[in-house]
Amino acid sequence: MEYVLGILVLSAINLIAVLGLSILTGFTGLFSFGHAGFMAIGAYVAAIFTARLHLPFEVALIAAGIAAGIVSVALGRLTLKLKGDYFCIATMGFGEAVRLLLNNWKWVGGARGWESIPKFEGPQFILPFVVAALAVVFSWNLVNSRQGRNLVAVREEELAAQMSGINVLHSKMTALIVSAVLAGIAGALMANFIGFIAPKSFNMQKSTELIIIVIFGGLGSISGSVVGALLLTALPEVFRAFSDWRLVFYGLAVIIIMVGRPQGLMGGIELTPSGVRKALAARRTRAEFAKISAADTPTDADSPVDGGSK
Amino acid sequence: MSALLEIKGLTKRFGGLAAVNDVSFSVEEGKIFGLIGPNGAGKTTIFNLVTGVYHVTSGEILYQGRSIAGMEPSRIANLGITRTFQNIRLFKNLSAFDNVLTACHASANYGLAEAILRLPRFRREELVLREKVDYLLETMGLTERKDVTANNLPYGLQRRLEITRALALGPKLLLLDEPAAGMNPDETEQLMDIICRIRKDFSLSVLLIEHHMDLVMGICEHIVVLNFGVKLAEGNADEVSADPSVVEAYLGDSRGNKAC
Repeated sequence: MEYVLGILVLSAINLIAVLGLSILTGFTGLFSFGHAGFMAIGAYVAAIFTARLHLPFEVALIAAGIAAGIVSVALGRLTLKLKGDYFCIATMGFGEAVRLLLNNWKWVGGARGWESIPKFEGPQFILPFVVAALAVVFSWNLVNSRQGRNLVAVREEELAAQMSGINVLHSKMTALIVSAVLAGIAGALMANFIGFIAPKSFNMQKSTELIIIVIFGGLGSISGSVVGALLLTALPEVFRAFSDWRLVFYGLAVIIIMVGRPQGLMGGIELTPSGVRKALAARRTRAEFAKISAADTPTDADSPVDGGSK
Repeated sequence: MSALLEIKGLTKRFGGLAAVNDVSFSVEEGKIFGLIGPNGAGKTTIFNLVTGVYHVTSGEILYQGRSIAGMEPSRIANLGITRTFQNIRLFKNLSAFDNVLTACHASANYGLAEAILRLPRFRREELVLREKVDYLLETMGLTERKDVTANNLPYGLQRRLEITRALALGPKLLLLDEPAAGMNPDETEQLMDIICRIRKDFSLSVLLIEHHMDLVMGICEHIVVLNFGVKLAEGNADEVSADPSVVEAYLGDSRGNKAC
C-alpha cells in the first residue's frame, strides 16, 4: 500500500512540474531542457527552510515557488530574445549550471547530497495531491484566458501575434515564470517527500524526462499532460520487475507514440465534452475541405519581400 | 481633412541597398489609399516600417501627430494600426473564432490572477469578448465557418479572416498587403465591397498594396506609386494612370498589360 501511495505521490509531483513545462513548451512553443534546474532550486530552498530554519513546510513550499520564479525572471531577461533552438540550448546550460553549483556547495551537502530533510508526516501526505489538483485547475484556467490565448498566438505565428498587439516578450516571460514556479513547487514537494536530495536527481535526464512527458501527452493539451505524467511516472514502476528492461519499455512506449501519433497522445485536444466535440467537428471539416481544395489550390507562393523578422 | 498617418523622408537601408529612399506621403482620415509599384519597389517594407517590424534608418512616421518610429510593434498595433500579410499569417491551428478572439485580447481588462482564479470580472469580460467576436464574424460573413480550423478554410476566406482579425483590435488605420492576391475576379469584387463597407462601418482609413489594377483604380481615392524605393508619383486614379513615368515603370502601355 505504501509503495502504491509512493508512486502516486511521485506522479502528483511530476505532474506539477509537467504542467508548468506544458504551458511553456506545449502552449508557448518554447522548448526547455533545463527545468530540472528549477526543480532543484525549489528542492534546495525548501530543504533550507525546513531543515535549517525549521519553518513549517507550507512556508517552505511558497518560498520555493518564489525563488524559482525570481531565478526564471533573470534567466528570461538573458535568454528569451533567443530564437528557437538557441533558447533551448541556453536552458540546457542553465540546468547544468544549477546542478554543478549545488555539486560544489558544501553547505547544502555538495555532491553527496543532503540527508535528513524533514519528511511529510501523517496527513501531510495529502499535500502533493492538493497542490497537483490546484495546479491542474489553475493551468486550465490560464490557458483558457486571454493571457493563455496570447501564449498560443506566440507559438502559432509570432509576427502575427505582435501585429495583433500582443507583447511577445512579455507573454514568453509569463509562461517561463509560471512554469518555473510550478517546477520549484514540485521540487520542494519532492525534497520533503523523499527526505533526501542530491544534485544528480536534477540532471539533464530529469529535464529530458519532463519534456518527454509533455511531448508524449501532446503539445497544447493540459489533459494530455495529466495523462502523460500519470502514465509515464507509473510505467517504469509497473515494469520494475523487469529491472534493467524497464527503461527499454519506457523508450519503446515513447517511440510508438511518436511514430503513431506525432502530435502526442492528445495534441491540441482536451479531454472535456466540448473538447472532444470540437476535435470530431474538426476531423469532419478536414475531410470535407480535402475534397473541395483539390479543385481550389492556393496560387500565391510565399514571397521573400514579405515581412520577415528584424 | 487631417492626416492620420504622415510619412516624412522615410528611408530604410539594408546594407548598401536603400529599399525605401526618402519617401513622403500622408494618409488622410477615412480614405482608402493605394500603394502600387513593381515587385521590389519597397511597398511591403513601408508596411513593415509603419508597423514597427523594421527599424527606420531615417525619416519620420507620425500617427495622429505623434512619432511611432522605434516603438514596439505590439504597441503600435494597440494604438490603432493593424495589418494583414502578403503570405497569409493566421494562427493556423486555431479555429476562425479563436483567431479573432485572440486578437480581441486588448479589449479585455482582467489580470493574470483574475484569470487563474476565475473571478467575476474574468467571466464578465470574456462574455463581452465573445459577443464582439460573434459580431465581427457576422459582419464579415464568417459565422458559418467559425469553428473551422483556419488552415482548412478556403483561400479567399483565409484572407477575409485575416482582415477580421485585424479589425478585432478596433484599428483606425488598416494596412492590407495584397489582399486580392490569388483571388479570382469574383472574389476580388467581393473584397472591394468588403473594403468599402468596413471603411464606413468601422470608420477607418485603409492603406493597401495591390497589383490588381481594377481594384486599385476602382476603390482607392489616392494612389502612391513606388519604384526602386523612390516615390514616382501620387494622385488620384486618373492622374496616376496618365503619368508617363508610371506607365513606363509599372502600368505598361495599356492598363491591362502591366509590366511586372
